[in-house]
Amino acid sequence: MSANKLTRATQEPAWVRTLLLTVGLGFLFFFLGLPLIAVFVEALAQGLPIYLDALKEPETRSAIWLTIVIALAVLPFNIVFGVAAAWAIAKFDFRGKSLLITLIDLPFAVSPVVAGLIFILMFGSQGYFGEWLAVHDLKIIFALPGMILATLFITFPFIARELIPLMQSQGKDEEEAAVSLGASGWQMFWRVTLPNIKWGLLYGVILSNARAMGEFGAVSVVSGHIRGETNTLPLHVEILYNEYNAIGAFAAASVLALLALVTLVAKTVVEWRMKAETDMLNAELPGEKTS
Amino acid sequence: MSVKSQRVLPGFGLALGYTLVYLSLLILLPLGGMILKASELGFGQILDIALGERSLAAFRVTFVSSLMAASINAFFGLIVAWILVRYPFPGKRFVDALVDLPFALPTAVAGITLATLYAGNGWLGSHLEPLGIKVAYTPLGIIVALTFITLPFVVRTLQPVIEDIETEVEEAAASLGASRWQTFVKVIFPAIGPALLTGFALAFARALGEFGSVIFIAGNLPLISEIVPLLIISKLEQYDVLGATALAVVMLAISFALLLLINALQWWAANRHKNSEPLEVSAGKAKAGEA
Amino acid sequence: MTHFRKSIATLLLGLLAGAALADATLLNASYDVARDVYKDYNPMFQKHWKSKTGESLELKQSHGGSSKQVRAVADGLEADVVTMNQANDIEFLADKGLVAKDWTKKFPNNASPYTSAMVFIVRKGNPKALKDWPDIAAPGIEVILPHPKNTGNGRNTYLSAWAWALKQPGGSDAKAQEFVGKLLKNAPLFAAGGRDATTTFMQRGLGDVLVTFESEAEMIAKEFGKGNFEVVYPSLTMQTEFPVAVVEKVVDKKGTRKQATAYLEYLWSKEGQENAAQNYLRPRDAELLKKYAHFFPTVKTFTVDEVFGGANKAFASHFKDGGSFDQIYVGK
Repeated sequence: MSANKLTRATQEPAWVRTLLLTVGLGFLFFFLGLPLIAVFVEALAQGLPIYLDALKEPETRSAIWLTIVIALAVLPFNIVFGVAAAWAIAKFDFRGKSLLITLIDLPFAVSPVVAGLIFILMFGSQGYFGEWLAVHDLKIIFALPGMILATLFITFPFIARELIPLMQSQGKDEEEAAVSLGASGWQMFWRVTLPNIKWGLLYGVILSNARAMGEFGAVSVVSGHIRGETNTLPLHVEILYNEYNAIGAFAAASVLALLALVTLVAKTVVEWRMKAETDMLNAELPGEKTS
Repeated sequence: MSVKSQRVLPGFGLALGYTLVYLSLLILLPLGGMILKASELGFGQILDIALGERSLAAFRVTFVSSLMAASINAFFGLIVAWILVRYPFPGKRFVDALVDLPFALPTAVAGITLATLYAGNGWLGSHLEPLGIKVAYTPLGIIVALTFITLPFVVRTLQPVIEDIETEVEEAAASLGASRWQTFVKVIFPAIGPALLTGFALAFARALGEFGSVIFIAGNLPLISEIVPLLIISKLEQYDVLGATALAVVMLAISFALLLLINALQWWAANRHKNSEPLEVSAGKAKAGEA
Repeated sequence: MTHFRKSIATLLLGLLAGAALADATLLNASYDVARDVYKDYNPMFQKHWKSKTGESLELKQSHGGSSKQVRAVADGLEADVVTMNQANDIEFLADKGLVAKDWTKKFPNNASPYTSAMVFIVRKGNPKALKDWPDIAAPGIEVILPHPKNTGNGRNTYLSAWAWALKQPGGSDAKAQEFVGKLLKNAPLFAAGGRDATTTFMQRGLGDVLVTFESEAEMIAKEFGKGNFEVVYPSLTMQTEFPVAVVEKVVDKKGTRKQATAYLEYLWSKEGQENAAQNYLRPRDAELLKKYAHFFPTVKTFTVDEVFGGANKAFASHFKDGGSFDQIYVGK
């Protein structure tokens, strides 16, 4: 009887659920579903064989690999920074916190083209460090390091911004308890903090990954567009489109869309493992909540 | 309380130190370089560039459409995040993965696809134009593009926080006699409010700088549908790097001020929530335990 | 697996880039629709160079917006040669000391191995009977063109219309500006680039006329079918040049002057010229122009140098901030 009452108050009435589902899914259909379908329709306009041929082009292949290499290269930097920044900001009070958060947000507000430009101003041959780099024969701009730097800049806020509100809402009781029970800092982190933030961290990784792979503006400024060498997939898409190779362009774009969907697999795997763990725990401790 | 917890939890110095160093190297140093570059122009000249008739119109278009896009996403994003976490429905995993698509798709592809969809003969445009609604090549098109580009932010910042709300709290509220609506307003909304505001701020910031998708659907008519990033590109086309950095710096300053405001607001809301919530929660938990 | 190895190689290459791999590697920084031209030209030159000197060359291509490419070269992209579609872009490199001051004299024909012309693309059967500039500037006609201030394609259209108005009896700069203003009022949008303008016109069905390069017409036919549109040549239009230059600073550093110069010179050879013609670009070689006359009807053209006193001057008075384009809109 009380269970019934509880359901009523912890779940929305059926008509509200239907309304929310309709509105939410309708919004997604018009704003996400249709564009995605349109991309695949264009890519497959002349049939699957032509689509696959477009992807077999060596230049497209090398662009795909370069895109993946860059995405993998920025990932560890973003994770370490995101967790460190979120830990400091969400768990401690200090002056200037809003300012610090705003500074972390700043890369979003910088137009991607400008984000590329600032690295040209720094490392380009007419830039602040240009001469020094030339003397030492170091190449940053128009080579991989510059493209990684630009991608780091563009994806800088994602993980931190995903984790801060989450860790904030979780408070610090659990960590404090762990420490007062004698856990070391790292033990506390691995056993308490990390399991608590895993979802937020995963979302952050997925988002920054998607953005790293799809970024065009900033990378295009620092890449130099050398075919087969510094052409990432989004840059390659533009070139193909401009060359009246619409099939090739949309085929390459669809690969990016599929790469984004790959993260779905990652998430599903993590979810299953988590669920298996909680199920095990629940089996061991019948009737107990695992929160 | 804050002083105590700073003593209890470890890692503050390390986390904050790392955050500040990394932030300075990757973000502040390059942005500082850009400001230094723009300062070669002098304050008066920068103002002249920013206050020209076309620049002012572009600033208005950029900020208004970004604000609209972020608001649309805050509203629908909340619904989407809610149904994705709480409601079971077929194809949920796929829909969930779809949310990241706007980041992975190169912005130009997004712009081209949206323009094709909303053009007078497109799948959507052919239904809208008879109703007198023109989207492609009007300021409305800019809002559509920005809504697409920034869609993941609100959804993805809300998802982990909603996942984290313990149903016990809702059950407790229910068993204390709260209706579902009261539970949502008094318990759930305060918990997800800060994340919602974060998502809004991020979407807004990202929209301000967006270029690649907008130019394909905006129409780019001076004074009507020109955005600030387009003016920056226009300066670069004239090899006027100084003028471009000047516009970028003005844009940065305004974005920074707005973000700072939103973040301060968010922090204030979070703290107010934090100070009042523990009581409710512990009361709720005690009550739930009794039941 | 080879792809994995290749990606590692790319990674290492990227890290070590700058240390040139071999003397015989050339990088050609080019505009964005030039791929078809150089895709065929590069192997031709490699073969030619091998048989002439025994040296094997590696040729790399970089494509992008013309002025963006040039900015990259100025900022340190180590291109041995630049092959562009706007003279003022190469002038910029000359100002920076990367290209010889007298670069237009280093090769024949103003250092432009081939040319094109600005033409009208109209709907099948030319339903609105658009024949010349005043037709498309008339009220009620919709004109599709790329942004006149930010794209080379749009700038050429703007200058063509200006030159036509200027050459009319009693023509003056003031009248030309008024005429161009009327034409721009007919533009429901400014496309992001040449390709985007084409998509807007052909696929999205907007506008009565698209103004673009003659060479684009064949690209459009390739994608949208030949029978779906008609090409109209106005009474006067711009002969657009595609200037090339050796980047002195880079070839001196890399020791590739000989190869780079030969690479560009070969563009004027019979083979090079024929390749241009096959890509619908008007060859300088009179014989070949005649041979491919079915691609290239006779049309009265002007050059930017003749009417505007050079690309740099034209750019400064029309497309810089405060220039004639801005005046049309802001009305100061």
